[in-house]
Amino acid sequence: MNDTPRVGVVTFPGSLDDRDALHAIAAMGGTGVALWHADHDLRGVDAVVLPGGFSYGDYLRCGAIAARAPLMAEIRSFAERGAPVLGICNGFQILCEAGLLPGALIRNASLRFVCEDVWLRVETSQTCVTAGLTPGETIEVPVKHGEGQWVATSEELERVEGDGLVVFRYAAEDGQLGDAFNPNGATNHIAGVRNAAGNVVGLMPHPEHAVDPDVGPTGGQPLFAALFEAALAGATA
Amino acid sequence: MTTYTFEVLVSLKPGLLDPQGKAVEGSLPAMGWTNVSGVRIGKHIKLAVEAADEATALAQVQDMATRILSNPVIEDFEVLEVAAT
Repeated sequence: MNDTPRVGVVTFPGSLDDRDALHAIAAMGGTGVALWHADHDLRGVDAVVLPGGFSYGDYLRCGAIAARAPLMAEIRSFAERGAPVLGICNGFQILCEAGLLPGALIRNASLRFVCEDVWLRVETSQTCVTAGLTPGETIEVPVKHGEGQWVATSEELERVEGDGLVVFRYAAEDGQLGDAFNPNGATNHIAGVRNAAGNVVGLMPHPEHAVDPDVGPTGGQPLFAALFEAALAGATA
Repeated sequence: MTTYTFEVLVSLKPGLLDPQGKAVEGSLPAMGWTNVSGVRIGKHIKLAVEAADEATALAQVQDMATRILSNPVIEDFEVLEVAAT
């Protein structure tokens, strides 16, 4: 019986939230496993987190080079087997560049880097990180990015909205939507999306910076709790 | 085998915000050029491909442009063949 999930965190050249992600996993009671982008080995983990940062200096496009890193081949098959994969910030950009999630992230509409706590409205509980949350509920987590404006082609946007692939929208604490609550101009206030199966999720905000009540909001806790559940379900399946 | 040299021009799709273009455009009136609009800045990628023939080389560059050099969600690209040596 294995009741401590092993959650891998991938370090790419230029990742900077990998240690915070490992810290959050440990703080939430999981076992963090450091993974290296150039390996072909997921070290038997039950879930994978792609952390924030500026992989490859954001050269070409944010996440573009990292999306073609050797380990991404393993992560692609891991995701195709239904195992949980969470991309945060640069990790979200990488998943979009890898084609594992719809859309793309471009420069914030304000042209400014944003660094603040935001509220997110949960849009679906059908994912590996929102299984413990109710649609309409809001959580508070920080954002910190310069290129977080989620966009998609009109056909892709129709599919994302039509198929319920939106996981989080920027909102007020009471769930109300509005440009005032959208830090980057993201289309339809979209902060995070999922794949069709719900086992791959990406979001620009940082749940790994929101697990410790001593240093800020704790909106990240339910996401890691759900990720652990999904990891253990996969590990025993 | 022949070496074919290409240039790939990548531009943001029309309608998407181009911060660099906007900033450059904003600097022009101060220098006296008040009649300029629509400044867009893209990427210019030069590369050389060794291949048996031109069509093979071009097909490979088109493939690379689609799969990594540009992101079809937000960008358009154009491939120019420069020289064969």
